[in-house]
Amino acid sequence: MLKIENLQATIENKTILKGLNLEVKAGEVHAIMGPNGAGKSTLANIIAGKEEYEVTNGSIELNGEDISELAPEERAHNGVFLSFQYPVEIPGVSVTNFIKTAINETRKAKGLEDMPAKDMLKMIREKSELLEIDRKFLSRSLNEGFSGGEKKRNEIFQMAMLEPKLAILDETDSGLDIDALRIVANGVNKLKSKDNAVIVITHYQRLLDYIVPDFVHVLHDGKIVKTGDASLALELEAKGYDWIKQELV
Amino acid sequence: MELKDKILSQYVAFENDKDINSDVHEIRSEAFKNFESLGFPTKKLEAWKYTSLNSVLKQDYSLFPKNENAVELADVKKYFIHDIDAYKLVFIDGKYSSFLSQTTHDTIDVCLMSSALSKPKYKAVIENYFNKVAQKDNLTSLNTAFANEGAYIYIPKNVEVEKPIQIINFTTGSEAATMLQPRNLIVVEQNAHVQIIERHQSLTSNPALTNLVTEVFAAKDATVDIYKIQNDDLNASLVDNSYIEQKSNSVVSVHTFSFGGNITRNNLNFYQKGEHIDSILKGITIIEGKQHVDHHTLVHHIEPNCESHQDYKGIYNERSTGVFNGKVIVEKEAQKTNAYQQNNNILISDKATINAKPQLEIFADDVKCSHGCTIGQLDDNALFYMQQRGIPKKEGKALLMFAFANTVLESVKIPEVKQRIAKIIANKLNVKIGFDL
Repeated sequence: MLKIENLQATIENKTILKGLNLEVKAGEVHAIMGPNGAGKSTLANIIAGKEEYEVTNGSIELNGEDISELAPEERAHNGVFLSFQYPVEIPGVSVTNFIKTAINETRKAKGLEDMPAKDMLKMIREKSELLEIDRKFLSRSLNEGFSGGEKKRNEIFQMAMLEPKLAILDETDSGLDIDALRIVANGVNKLKSKDNAVIVITHYQRLLDYIVPDFVHVLHDGKIVKTGDASLALELEAKGYDWIKQELV
Repeated sequence: MELKDKILSQYVAFENDKDINSDVHEIRSEAFKNFESLGFPTKKLEAWKYTSLNSVLKQDYSLFPKNENAVELADVKKYFIHDIDAYKLVFIDGKYSSFLSQTTHDTIDVCLMSSALSKPKYKAVIENYFNKVAQKDNLTSLNTAFANEGAYIYIPKNVEVEKPIQIINFTTGSEAATMLQPRNLIVVEQNAHVQIIERHQSLTSNPALTNLVTEVFAAKDATVDIYKIQNDDLNASLVDNSYIEQKSNSVVSVHTFSFGGNITRNNLNFYQKGEHIDSILKGITIIEGKQHVDHHTLVHHIEPNCESHQDYKGIYNERSTGVFNGKVIVEKEAQKTNAYQQNNNILISDKATINAKPQLEIFADDVKCSHGCTIGQLDDNALFYMQQRGIPKKEGKALLMFAFANTVLESVKIPEVKQRIAKIIANKLNVKIGFDL
């Protein structure tokens, strides 16, 4: 599904990623952990195509196709979804109108007609129930005045609507209380299939109790320095990151 | 000959066929003298610091177009809000078009200013209201001097007018350049209600300059909603001088949508003469090229317990320039005033300019006056967010701009007008908006 080789990237002449390798296959869940400033969010933004970052070396392939030159919307049309750490507030556009536009633009890019209004409504009803989202919530302006938990739940709702091939969850657990965490994780698990893949970026082990990863990677100083199974996350939770840094010396 | 001299030289001929014994003659003569001494406004005047009419005044305008161009309904239908039943007052090159209009004298009067100024039936109303709230500055005086034709609307007590009234001024380009001085009078008596849609439209690219004066009187408990659609040809300029007097418990709203035209200057003035009045001033400006739109608003809070709400959004692209000068005066007696003013601007290009100036003069001590003014760019993070969800950059930008203007669009009470404005904006931004905001 996703194959990243020797990825190097800079922002404002500062090198953030220093030769990162990562392969994610369909049906897998990967967790990326690591201390602050290791480059976790940078990696997420680069896969999604944020323009401020410059890829200086290496490649990003999605299903065998190099996507590193594609615009963010083209990557989205190819099935990349990024759940933002800080979802942006867009006053004046309702959640419903936003997701309708997103879906129909994606369909347009694939040469399909707009989704019939009836199907759209049905899908919105199903997916909002999955995320335990209130109807009234859907007519509010996108993310405006939402609590941290509401914002994250809304991200996963959009993910459910867009049905991506590759979902990257950037610190989706931050700002969530335990109930919201359970709802969000439950949503992600229900959406998981053998045809799609999930990358979970997190500081903490607790989300991984709910979304169990097949692989856990430790990102440090722009590279993946250690890879293990779910037990690595527990070890990191108990011991912190220092021991890994020391291993590297 | 300079335009001013040309105007002065044609005044005698204009007045010749009018009744020189009427009060209106006196008013016109005085206004004429006023304009003669003041001339056209220049940038030296504080109120015209950021708007120069020089380029516009250079044209050799016909003041009283003689040639007539035929106008077919099929050609101009698109300029009407044609999907609603409405009264219509249509003027072609300053002359009334009975063919395109739909007037009435049934309970209400929706008819011509020229009739109202000359027929005895309207004498009392003209005496009470004509030129009573209009000020005596340069361009208002010029209009008053030549005041003859325009819309005359009289709504008696307790009448709720079910159909909106559309006032449309067409310029056909029958002359190389045309200057018009339309004059509207709108009197809405106690507890009456009316909605008005205004539009000025050039049908060719021959230069046109319209110097409009509208007087509105809203009596006790009256409700008046006015929508100004300014989406004219790029060679047409407009100075819109509107004067609104309100009595107790009346609510008057004016929405100004400025998308087209060369130079557009809106002088929108509210005078609150009573208590518990609400004055609502809203605007959306989206321009590009070398277009210029200037909003000069005034809300004069004279008595206690009144409110005013201003919300102006501007989006400026390329080399376009905008001005927002929002003046709020709260007199000493006007305690418990609640005056709100919001002006937000987005500059799409590095070369676009906005001069924004909130101007609050508060003499009372127990009032709530808030104002906010922002000038910014489109939010890159919001754009990336939308792109990430599959919305292309161009559509994303349009969506952001739509959303930005939406707070103003939301308060439009006539759905067909709202849809039309949304459509004009979508065309302007060159995108198909897939839903109604």
